[in-house]
Amino acid sequence: MQDATTLKEYRKQLREALENDFQRQALDNFAVAYRTSRANAFADIDAPELIAEIAAAKDESIGRLEELFQEFKRHAEAAGTKVHLAATAHEANEIIARIGKENNVKTIVKSKSMTAEETHLNDHLEAQGFEVTETDLGEWIIQLRHEGPTHMVMPAIHLSRYQVADLFSEVTHKQQDVDIQKLVKVARRELRPKFCQADMGISGANFAIAATGTIGLITNEGNGRLTTTLPRVHVALAGVDKLMPTLHDALRIIRCLPKNATGQAITSYVTWITGTVPCEPSPGGTKVKHVVFLDNGRLAMARDPEFKQVLRCIRCGACANVCPIYRLVGGHKYGHIYIGAIGLVATYFFHGREKAKNLVQNCLNCGACKAVCAAGIDLPTLIKEVHARIQDEEGHPLYSTAVGQVLKNRKLFHTMLKSARLLQKPVTGGTPYLRHLPMFLFKDQDFRALPAVADEAFRDKWERIKPRVADAKLKVALFSGCVQDFVYPEQMEAAVAVIASKQGVAMEYPMGQSCCGLPLQMMGEKQAGRELAAHNMNAIDAQDFDYIVTMCASCASYLKHGYKRLFADDPAMAYKAAQFAHRVIDFSSFVRDVLGIADESFTGPSKKVTYHAPCHLCRGLGVTEAPRALLGEAGLEYVPAAEEDVCCGFGGTFSVKFPELSRELLGKKLANLKATGATAMATDCPGCIMQIRGGFEAEKTPFEVRHVAEYLAERLKHK
Amino acid sequence: MTTPNLVEQLTTKAGLVSATVRCVASMDEAMAYVADVCVGKEACQILASGCDAPLSGTAEALCETKQDKIICAPEMPEDAMAALSAQCAERGVKLITSGMRSYLGGIDIGLTMAAAGIAETGTVVVRSTNEEVRLASMIAEIHIAVLPASAIVADSYALEPRLVEWMGQPDFTAFVTGPSRTADIERVLALGVHGPLELHILILEDK
Repeated sequence: MQDATTLKEYRKQLREALENDFQRQALDNFAVAYRTSRANAFADIDAPELIAEIAAAKDESIGRLEELFQEFKRHAEAAGTKVHLAATAHEANEIIARIGKENNVKTIVKSKSMTAEETHLNDHLEAQGFEVTETDLGEWIIQLRHEGPTHMVMPAIHLSRYQVADLFSEVTHKQQDVDIQKLVKVARRELRPKFCQADMGISGANFAIAATGTIGLITNEGNGRLTTTLPRVHVALAGVDKLMPTLHDALRIIRCLPKNATGQAITSYVTWITGTVPCEPSPGGTKVKHVVFLDNGRLAMARDPEFKQVLRCIRCGACANVCPIYRLVGGHKYGHIYIGAIGLVATYFFHGREKAKNLVQNCLNCGACKAVCAAGIDLPTLIKEVHARIQDEEGHPLYSTAVGQVLKNRKLFHTMLKSARLLQKPVTGGTPYLRHLPMFLFKDQDFRALPAVADEAFRDKWERIKPRVADAKLKVALFSGCVQDFVYPEQMEAAVAVIASKQGVAMEYPMGQSCCGLPLQMMGEKQAGRELAAHNMNAIDAQDFDYIVTMCASCASYLKHGYKRLFADDPAMAYKAAQFAHRVIDFSSFVRDVLGIADESFTGPSKKVTYHAPCHLCRGLGVTEAPRALLGEAGLEYVPAAEEDVCCGFGGTFSVKFPELSRELLGKKLANLKATGATAMATDCPGCIMQIRGGFEAEKTPFEVRHVAEYLAERLKHK
Repeated sequence: MTTPNLVEQLTTKAGLVSATVRCVASMDEAMAYVADVCVGKEACQILASGCDAPLSGTAEALCETKQDKIICAPEMPEDAMAALSAQCAERGVKLITSGMRSYLGGIDIGLTMAAAGIAETGTVVVRSTNEEVRLASMIAEIHIAVLPASAIVADSYALEPRLVEWMGQPDFTAFVTGPSRTADIERVLALGVHGPLELHILILEDK
């Protein structure tokens, strides 16, 4: 449960979490194992298609939750269940406490429910004198420890068997062996009497089927079945977003949820409960049953065009499983109640701005969560949107506004970059790195060497190096992005050489272009970002070109997908953005798929080259084959690295804001690259190059880190 | 009509989640299997579910509630009950069909008829609106389900019309796939948390 009040305090908590060696190892192991088990689980299923179906069906339900509630209520009540709708968390807790009192309940057993965590139900019930026992093993463990879950599906993943053995020794007043199989059996025996004695069982619900008034529960341990069977009263608490029209909708989700959660084909138990079933100790021999639906802002969210997607979430936890940051710091520091990417968004809505304002900044925008989401939620975009909303509500930090003002004024920004070239002289020591930074300005940045601004920007070289093409078949605009323009112009020059090796391609470098605007999105400066996007669309008249080629994966992905989103509510600009986005292509795809440049263009001795897949290329644009294939075409031996598509930790402004996390991610990346045995690496993004090359430089490891374009250019037969 | 493929698929998939699957030619053979499993298991298998661990007073008291070997077989067809009663009488096993609330500490075997099987996931579908059926399949250390081969369908969608029909009135239906399990401590798999330690599926061949 992240509860820091300032970013500084939050960063301190993050540093503490980084020192939790057991948790780090556990989450590392899980992250690696999860990849394989998920892939195996989906081996016979078209996962993207299933996910698209789930998203479409959820969207349909989200559009008519009130109607589905009425339908559910009608059918459930006809079968004897009482159905409630609670406007707030407090109201839901009050309804449940009242049901307890009306039925003379003293003791309660609970099976796992994230919704009950959301409402802090246990605290409420205990304050009113009820004895509440969590019965899911992980939930029981964290209840005994008085802490919150660190994963939505595996709540106690942060704890070791030793910690559990100590805890159980305390509970049983007997020394317990450190043996997981035995500890599980201890829980079985200790909790069985709780089930037998409980007056009321509280469960969640994964599904609420309107057509029949049925709830569906998916569990593995069997505690959900006992909770809903043994006590004389059963209350199910579910968010209204769990309502769906038919059983088919639930069966569809079951095909995905366990596979996406842990790589399990299906959980041990799927339980379908309709109405009131026989229950011996209940009055009249029939269960007293209530279903409490929680609104807590969901119905309003369902009408928000941007955020209604949040309600698609089926609580599989996969967005945490693949998140590089979650893997470093764990759930207590990567969520308030809801954890992982969905937690960053949901916290703002369910637990408020104070709890969310630090969390939402802790996102690399690497897109791993979006790629794995069972309901196709565009999580990175929503996280940035929450950040922007919080800044709009609270006021923008001074530095953030200032950066916005500078970036949206191209001339000012570029003048500042050029001045930096002169001012940096005392700190470069004649090398391409900033060697002697005044450290009070760049605290905690020593894990990587930062590059110096180049002597001459690409834009100033362009007229000299521009290839003259007589009869052009293809007209291309080059978009350099700031880093390649001012820091790594040689990458642009290499790209120009490779493209020029094909006859009939006319290249233009529109001088009015500026920063793509992604840094502004990362900082929550949405309005400045819109102005900058409009500026670039004006500077590059898309209709005049066949393609807009960019060598920077992040720029490419943002130009292609981000611009359309920025102008979604402005039809005239949206049209222009669509025209623009349609022409945007990354360098590797352009060279291989459009120009068809292949092995006959290259010459030179082979060598081993490994690869880093930039987040915004492999997930942002879905490009995975082209760069790797091109290395082969150029006669290089591509050596795959472990976790090639995991973020290098750059994330633009992220690495400045959270250097302690950026450092760790970079360390992992460097280790994986070194383990390949190669001493050269290619990639498609200058930001990744800045991070990875700077990392090797800082640790003094000789390792060549270059853009794919540079490897191709140096091996061209005809230069 | 069930194809041999569905039986094969269900057998494979159930095996992957630690269920034991046997094909039986007749109900008599099935009941003999049930009795064998019961007699063959540890005298007090509740040991395996925690008695060897030092427990608190309340939890230890549970042991006192279980003395005999017990099979609970609620809502089984008449031919099965005739065969099973004979087996149990002969082999000294207590057979009950109701009163599960008196045995919440544990019984040896819960025997149920499966209404359907789902080949894709190795699942048995147990209609357990009757509380005795529910408890027998939850409280038992070993859950044995008899599944007629003809009741096996390819996937959950194929079962949808029947499920919807059942849901037309108060109903409790369970998809059961393997024994109760957890990986909540260090992601290490452990079978038999709150539910059965073992699941046996007896596929009853079509006559």
